[in-house]
Amino acid sequence: MLELLSGPWPWYVAGPLLGLIVPLLLWAGGEFGVSENLRHICAACLPTRNDFFRYDWKTRGLWNLTFALGVVLGGVVAGTALASPDPVLISDATTADLAAVGLTTFGGLAPTQIFSWEGLATVPGFVMIVGGGFLVGFGTRYAGGCTSGHAISGLANLQPASLLAVLGFFAGGLLSTWFILPLLL
Amino acid sequence: MRHDEATQPSAREASTGPTRARPLSGAGLGVYLAIGMYFGIVATKGEMVSWFRIQEMFRFQSFHMYGIIAAAVAVAMASVALIKSRRLRTVGGDAIVIPPKELGERGYRYWIGGTLFGLGWALTGACPGPIFALIGNGVPVYGVVLLSALLGTWSYGTLRPRLPH
Repeated sequence: MLELLSGPWPWYVAGPLLGLIVPLLLWAGGEFGVSENLRHICAACLPTRNDFFRYDWKTRGLWNLTFALGVVLGGVVAGTALASPDPVLISDATTADLAAVGLTTFGGLAPTQIFSWEGLATVPGFVMIVGGGFLVGFGTRYAGGCTSGHAISGLANLQPASLLAVLGFFAGGLLSTWFILPLLL
Repeated sequence: MRHDEATQPSAREASTGPTRARPLSGAGLGVYLAIGMYFGIVATKGEMVSWFRIQEMFRFQSFHMYGIIAAAVAVAMASVALIKSRRLRTVGGDAIVIPPKELGERGYRYWIGGTLFGLGWALTGACPGPIFALIGNGVPVYGVVLLSALLGTWSYGTLRPRLPH
């Protein structure tokens, strides 16, 4: 059983299990949308006169922040007790493409040449980690949601606004992948 | 029942406020912690936290991520339809109301904000959920991604009055 759980889960197992989070959170009284937590953390930690961050984050956001803490703990469980013995197996075409644009480290959840403290000190690493993170925080709040809030919750609720946001997600992702990454790596 | 949006200065502001004034009703925080752990495990074991998997997706070289998103949306959509048609209630007995996403006049915020997030998604290989899961998985530099994302959110909050929505 543990062997079955610790191997990588195929899409037709992981996908439906992911979708179930929407009704689970609605049943609990919340709603699936992770990026809102970034706003709650700002509201909780940064003294500001800005109305955007002046609300009672405890009554509005403590449930979601607790959920986010759970996600970290879930990562701990998945990365230790359920750790996969094998590296993430990606397609040969992707490996070849990434090698061609200059990636040298494969294996793990993210390439160590970038996503490590040494990587952070390089220009590509700084742009990808700090610049990329900034865009994630800025863009999700601007769009009012991320992959969970728009692509899953929003599309499931048939929201045209979410479809527009998801098209944006992909447009941005394609731009980064095909035009920015080759310049950085 | 939702609390009013008294802390928001206007109706337009209210539409961008946190979607829930509070959790609708009383599931204890332990329930949210458990659902979060479930998400962290599914996200990690389904490999949607892998930078390489995200690259594979944006290069159209594997069905994996598309299958996950399509299956997740299908299950979520069927669940939401069931919740609406049966008028199901939360664990605490409140009606489940899902606030709509206001499209606005041209939907600027969705496609501009969405594109900016997409740029960052492909660079970091992580959307907000996986950022938390990756920290748990012991990739500590994603803590810097998180800090930077907080700075991004704060900057949006600051620039917000000047941005087209």
